[in-house]
Amino acid sequence: MNREQARALIIAELGNIAPETDAGQIDAKADLREALDIDSLDFLNFIAALHKKTGVNVPESDYRKLLTLDGAVTYLAEKAK
Amino acid sequence: MEAGTLVEWEKHPGDAVKRGDIVAVVETDKGAIEVEIFVDGTMGKQLVALGTKVPVGTPLAEIEGAEEEKPEISVKVMKPAAAAVVAPPAPTAEEGVRASPAARKHAAEKGIALASVKGTGAGGSIVLHDVEQAAGAAPHRGLDLTKMRQAIAAAMARSKREIPHYYLAHDIDMNAALAWLEQTNAPRLPDARLLPAVMMLKAVALAARKYQAVNGFYDSAKGFTPAKDIHIGAAVAIRGGGLVSPAIHDCDRLSLDQLMDKLRDLVARAREGRLRSSELSDGTITVSSLGERGVESLYGIIYPPQVAIVGFGAIMRKPAAIEKNIAIRPMMTATLAGDHRVSDGHLGARFLREIDTLLQEPAKL
Repeated sequence: MNREQARALIIAELGNIAPETDAGQIDAKADLREALDIDSLDFLNFIAALHKKTGVNVPESDYRKLLTLDGAVTYLAEKAK
Repeated sequence: MEAGTLVEWEKHPGDAVKRGDIVAVVETDKGAIEVEIFVDGTMGKQLVALGTKVPVGTPLAEIEGAEEEKPEISVKVMKPAAAAVVAPPAPTAEEGVRASPAARKHAAEKGIALASVKGTGAGGSIVLHDVEQAAGAAPHRGLDLTKMRQAIAAAMARSKREIPHYYLAHDIDMNAALAWLEQTNAPRLPDARLLPAVMMLKAVALAARKYQAVNGFYDSAKGFTPAKDIHIGAAVAIRGGGLVSPAIHDCDRLSLDQLMDKLRDLVARAREGRLRSSELSDGTITVSSLGERGVESLYGIIYPPQVAIVGFGAIMRKPAAIEKNIAIRPMMTATLAGDHRVSDGHLGARFLREIDTLLQEPAKL
């Protein structure tokens, strides 16, 4: 998966999690939890959705790597083949 | 909540229904509420037309063949004005699409093909909100935040006016609970993982079973009535403002995995404005947490007629005295706001201590 594909998927899934917001407009380096007002349950649902769509199982120890849009794109592009 | 408007029928005359089925959707100041049925039988005559605003307790339909004599569905939700007429089903080309009658009616009025609408209802079925969004209307999410704010204001003002609150705080070392959670989650796929919140809910439920004076209802005429069951109202923040506390039924009897499933489902439906009538009326004690926003301690306002609310703050790494040494530990402050007409600080302190004790042995939760 290249970065563009990863970014599109992540924005789509964040849109499902927080439909009141526009995930495509957030600062790529901002903390997603603050930028989108999502909580730990939303974040876990986001991780679960990425797993369902790509097969990438993000361990809890890696959650911090996906706390920004940039971080999540890098992580997914690297792990999802 | 004094009145509501019937916006959808999920079941129709002749449909077999069983306890727990959703039969209708009513819009109230707490959002759209799914009206459940509490008997098995067959849907009989519908007594209220779509679009009609009715007071709380108004029978909506009759149920035939149930054990109870002439059971009816009612809603904790004025005199009917001009009753709307339910439109016939949409054209045949749309028959293969799962959609609610209100959605079909609105789609027909707006000339929208249902097949082109993405459904967000149960099993992907199309509900009124989906058609309104497709029609480009103002988003109708079943949540009116202005009304919700008015409802919160009324309940909280009443609480502060009538309930003599007392407040307690208790620091809990979360080391054991977090270690157990990490170990438990490690081999699990993401959709099966647990959150600390479910451990806290379970601990509160078990502690409330032991200290019954925090679990029940106070009425100025009857005094305190302990609740037989433990239904925790879980405070859920609505993005954009607003708060609801739908009940998770029988928390003390659910496993952590079951609680996690319930919490996930409840939060999703709360934010969509699709809670069930029983979930908004059955809470026996409330739990609120603002820990994820970095709040160290939260002192809640009791949701009347309940008599207690438990608050959880952030789990923060802090220096703590462990016997004769100082260590950095993940600490969390649990608080209790109790109704002094029902319990005293002494009992409240023991209740918080019990929650602490339970969280030290997470495997037993």
